[in-house]
Amino acid sequence: MNKQEYTLSIFTENQIGLLNRIAIMFSRRKINVESLNVSPTEIEGISRFTIVINEVEEVVSKLSRQIEKQVEVLKAYYNTNDDVIWQELALYKVPTSVISEKAKVERLLREYGAQAVAIRSDYTVFETVGHRQETEGLLEALAPYGLIEFVRSARVAIIKNSEGFHLKLKEFEQQEPSEAIIENEFLDKRDEVFTM
Amino acid sequence: METLAITKEEESAKMAQPITSISGGQAVLEALIAEDVTTIFGYPGGAIMPIYDALYDYNDRLEHILVRHEQGGIHAAQGYARSSGKVGVVFATSGPGATNLVTGIADAMIDSTPLVCITGQVFAHLLGTDAFQETDVVNITTPVTKWNYQVTEASEIPHVLAKAFYIAKTGRPGPVLIDITKNAQIEKFDYTGYIPCNHIRSYRPKPKVRKEYVEQAAALINEAKKPFVLFGQGVVLGGAEKEFTNFIEKAGLPSAWTILGESAIPTAHPLNVGMLGMHGNYAPNVLTNDCDVLIAVGMRFDDRVTGRLDKYAKQAKIIHLDIDPAEIDKNVKTTVPVWGDCKETLPMLTELLDKKEHTEWLQHFRDLEKEEIKEVIHEELNPTSEIMSMGEVVKILNELTNDDAIIVTDVGQHQMVACRYAKFKNSRSNITSGGLGTMGFGLPAAIGAKYGAPDRTVVAIAGDGGIQMTIQELGTIMQFGADVKILILNNNFLGMVRQWQQLFNDKRYSFVNITSPDYVTVANGYHIPAKKIDKREDLKGALKEMLDHKGAYLLEIMVGKENNVFPMVPQGCSVSEIRLK
Repeated sequence: MNKQEYTLSIFTENQIGLLNRIAIMFSRRKINVESLNVSPTEIEGISRFTIVINEVEEVVSKLSRQIEKQVEVLKAYYNTNDDVIWQELALYKVPTSVISEKAKVERLLREYGAQAVAIRSDYTVFETVGHRQETEGLLEALAPYGLIEFVRSARVAIIKNSEGFHLKLKEFEQQEPSEAIIENEFLDKRDEVFTM
Repeated sequence: METLAITKEEESAKMAQPITSISGGQAVLEALIAEDVTTIFGYPGGAIMPIYDALYDYNDRLEHILVRHEQGGIHAAQGYARSSGKVGVVFATSGPGATNLVTGIADAMIDSTPLVCITGQVFAHLLGTDAFQETDVVNITTPVTKWNYQVTEASEIPHVLAKAFYIAKTGRPGPVLIDITKNAQIEKFDYTGYIPCNHIRSYRPKPKVRKEYVEQAAALINEAKKPFVLFGQGVVLGGAEKEFTNFIEKAGLPSAWTILGESAIPTAHPLNVGMLGMHGNYAPNVLTNDCDVLIAVGMRFDDRVTGRLDKYAKQAKIIHLDIDPAEIDKNVKTTVPVWGDCKETLPMLTELLDKKEHTEWLQHFRDLEKEEIKEVIHEELNPTSEIMSMGEVVKILNELTNDDAIIVTDVGQHQMVACRYAKFKNSRSNITSGGLGTMGFGLPAAIGAKYGAPDRTVVAIAGDGGIQMTIQELGTIMQFGADVKILILNNNFLGMVRQWQQLFNDKRYSFVNITSPDYVTVANGYHIPAKKIDKREDLKGALKEMLDHKGAYLLEIMVGKENNVFPMVPQGCSVSEIRLK
């Protein structure tokens, strides 16, 4: 089995210390994290981790089961690049003088669909969104023109399969004790929230 | 913090209960009482002082056992949990108190022991300042706890402790640590009663059993010519001893145990074919690679059980019953996974089984057993040399206790010998450190086991190495009068390491020669009666004297210096390559 890029999408409670709990699942197995994004979801109190690693499927599958075992983890999915739609955001800081003087740079920015997000007298910040190769392409193209700074975000990804987590959540609710609790009522009212 | 949100149920209880103002420390003790805790093991210190101060007024309802070291405290709580089936509770202060718990927490984690560890922490405003006795115990214990949490406000305590007990005892049990800052222990808040937790949104302790998998498993067992069951502690933790017995009896399934599963069924049960693994019995190890269907119940295919995985039961179809989904396919690829609580899944499976006997197949186990008796067991239990063997000590102990004692072992050669030769009639009788192999476990765990099962005889068996790791707990026995019989099998060596050095390192005995104190004098110093024997003719009488004595007693028995534990599956070998000598 060959290693390939896998995107893990982990739905968790928003709880102090959970990032560490999840991070050590990787470090314990000596797996390097290529990219990590944690952000709130559309449901209050639920966070989504998007973690990219290079591994063989067997390891990723065992790892996600171990992650899912954590008390505050609702669900962990792992997907290959074919199964997800993903984006990264990149910011490029270039001298404003270069933009105003060099038509070639202006063309480049247009070609890559870059948008200006801040314009100062000394520098201008552009953003692009896309796959690694796309943001990398503009980075290389801008390099000869005095790029001041570059930053790229972690991957965010949406799973193509549209039913995954929604159905799982239903299962969660079926298996709970009969007593109604506030969180479940809240989720019931928002039937479509986990449809992907 | 979503998971700590107040539920409707609590809201209505709040309305019904009169509001009283109590301190965080009192709230901790109220929670323990509500959770039916009667015994706490612990050691006080500055950062947990408000809880101990509150304990002063709860002395009539909560028994606190003051140990001599926090490691002793947590092992005692483990022994308590294992013998009673309840949650073990341990208190420790911040910093060194808390870090001294780590070994026991790791042990409890790998052996699925339900514990609630409560540690004091420095004042919340001092967190992260390297204050006196401050350690980040939540992060230190993260990899070895099922769940942990730091409380910084008193009002969180009832809810957090309810969650802690729920997590510790449900699903696959495990240790939980709650770290409480000193201000949270002191603060007063409006207390409206304790509501036990029975739901956490993100936590599914009991999965819904998939019937189709049970049906597939039953079909495989019904077709099998040579089915073989491996059972572990899951049977005991699920309280499924009866369900398990019905299961194996209906289909006539030969069953072998991991050391944590031992005593789930009586040793004498006709379908009990012995111990698995590195020092297990010959037949179950050899026949693992001969069976056609292997049924694992509540066990996790530890490497000490499987040996080389690429040569493990390759010919067999594998059925794995486990409550923890992460265990399925972790080490051994399963043909049919039955995810669920075995108390629930076993009767479903039994119902679908054909009644069978598999007499011929069972006879294979008995034939190989005869070979093992001839080559190893007979000599171990009836030595012809003058030197006493560990096995004969255990044999006589069985006779004198009528197979009815709780045997708590430390770690090493004596542990393997005790597990191999001790006989049990009742469940929860074999208490040992399995997954972590913690030397020093035995003596304190035996103290806890006695509190967990006060009516039963508790015998701690330790080697001369392990006993010296937690020997200070003799002080706890002295002060609290725990009726624990302590058996030291002294071979003047760190025996198991020596055995490995002999077999695999050309007898290069590197630092395994350990000397002992005069244990009789040490015990007497703690006002515990003691005796040392080195002759066979004294053995039975001395063991009888120990067992008949009312109260704790220490007996040191000198055994063969270079005796080895056989059979043995050498590391890196297949289980069927088990050596008889």
